[in-house]
Amino acid sequence: MNRVKRTLAPYLLVLPGGLWLLLFFVVPMVTMLSLSLQQGDVVNGYRFTGHWQNYVDAVTDYRTQMIRSLVYGLVTTVVLVVMSFPIAYWIAFYGGKRKSTYLFLLLLPFFVSFVLRTISWRQILTDDGMLLHPLKEAGLLSPGFHILGTSYAVIGGLVYNFLPFMVLPIYVALERIDSRVIEAAQDLYAVPATVFRKVVFPLALPGVFAGVLMTFVPASSDYVNSAVLGSSSTTMIGQVVQAQALANSNYPMASAISFTLMAVLLAGIFVYARLLGTEDVMKAAAR
Amino acid sequence: MTKTRRFRFGGEQVMFAYTWLIILWLVAPILIMIAFGFNNPHGRYNQTWQGFTFKWYSQVFEISDLTSALVTSLVIAVVSSVISGALGTGIGYALGRWRFRGSSTLNFIMFTTISSPELIMGISLLTLFVTLGAGLGATTITIAHVMFSVSFVATVVRARVVTLDRSIEEAASDLGAGPWTTFWKITFPIIMPAVMSGVLLAFVLSIDDFVVTNFTAGTTVTFPLWIWGATRVGLPPQVNVMGTLIFAAGLLIAVIANLRSRAKAKRD
Repeated sequence: MNRVKRTLAPYLLVLPGGLWLLLFFVVPMVTMLSLSLQQGDVVNGYRFTGHWQNYVDAVTDYRTQMIRSLVYGLVTTVVLVVMSFPIAYWIAFYGGKRKSTYLFLLLLPFFVSFVLRTISWRQILTDDGMLLHPLKEAGLLSPGFHILGTSYAVIGGLVYNFLPFMVLPIYVALERIDSRVIEAAQDLYAVPATVFRKVVFPLALPGVFAGVLMTFVPASSDYVNSAVLGSSSTTMIGQVVQAQALANSNYPMASAISFTLMAVLLAGIFVYARLLGTEDVMKAAAR
Repeated sequence: MTKTRRFRFGGEQVMFAYTWLIILWLVAPILIMIAFGFNNPHGRYNQTWQGFTFKWYSQVFEISDLTSALVTSLVIAVVSSVISGALGTGIGYALGRWRFRGSSTLNFIMFTTISSPELIMGISLLTLFVTLGAGLGATTITIAHVMFSVSFVATVVRARVVTLDRSIEEAASDLGAGPWTTFWKITFPIIMPAVMSGVLLAFVLSIDDFVVTNFTAGTTVTFPLWIWGATRVGLPPQVNVMGTLIFAAGLLIAVIANLRSRAKAKRD
């Protein structure tokens, strides 16, 4: 009896949470796929007709926004890798006793709502605002200069909002490096640059990949930054989905676009999980 | 340097300055937000500095729909963090303690929820609720928040359970405690800090969430949704004040939690 109880224990513990994830994460993916193949409208209801046209329309009508989103996501990720590595490196190797303080400072923005932070950037960057106005007065910028509404503003916002998600996994990977490995390299007369290139960087790569996953996916599907900091020439695919779903109530179309986006991103996630495992992302998430 | 040889790549000062520059850049918009809670704008736009005032702090709850949006956010955050705390602890404990049939599938689903774009989670939940004909509101928002928080709580709790010293539990059962007693008297107090930080994380994720909430809210308005809706007409300084208060509260809780765990580490 006791034995049966013990073998059942993990299942009983997992059951409520597992059911929740099944019902509200896995099942919705199915309803989304189903809706993406339906026809109809809110008033008359939807019928499943295996309507592939939604996908054809999604790809032909919104190809520009889809490609733009992937490009923005990619640029954001590359900028983030370059920006984050020195920070993670410095905290991991020179942070000393204050390591956790520095990590805490990097996480500080999370105490303020994502939307509010992005709007605050708009306030800073606005055409005659606190940043551009003095520079224009001083004659350093031409009066017509503006940042808001450009792709620079949108990518800047994305970089700002996702930086901690890149620093943390790289930090975790660097922190894990056994100092004896580095000493061994030095004993073998490797100069610092060689130690970095041959030992430190390769060992940090899993962290970099985890960071890429944790930033590329949310950045390319974001719609807050492009809505707040961008203009009609920077529209991202997330804005299209939001408008189709919430303004037009065109759920089949919104689902078809989302599914296409997810297929592209999930392909990436699956390849990642297969090649590198799920450990690094989960570890960074646990922090 | 007489200490043990350390790996030096050089440029230490440069990296130090750079790290601080980035930290400054990260907090800049927060400082602006805090500062403009003390601004005294004449028109509707709280964009340029026009004098110092405390009045928004005394009138912070003057805008009734903003206040009720904040209350809605707080209620949803409390309810969803408690539920996801309970569900996530169950999963985290089981995954940390045993390997069982389906554990790798569960692990993979958790990994996918953590790395899935919020946009997809939001729109897919919306299609589920539309298909079921469920009315959107505080309940559907809470369901959604629990869904994306559970995996985070489970991950945090599992990390603690894995490092648990099993011999303590064995000692308890050797002394005649049943599995139930052992769990509540021995195991739970040990994993409690992890559970608490999981719940706090879930709370923060919930109160800050915009994207998933946007899709599952219907006509219900939370704090981030209210801000979103008001951006076009200009944000009132009350939003800055509320943002500042939430920031200060979060900071305070984090610092207290940190000091307590440090004091505990010293005692141990």
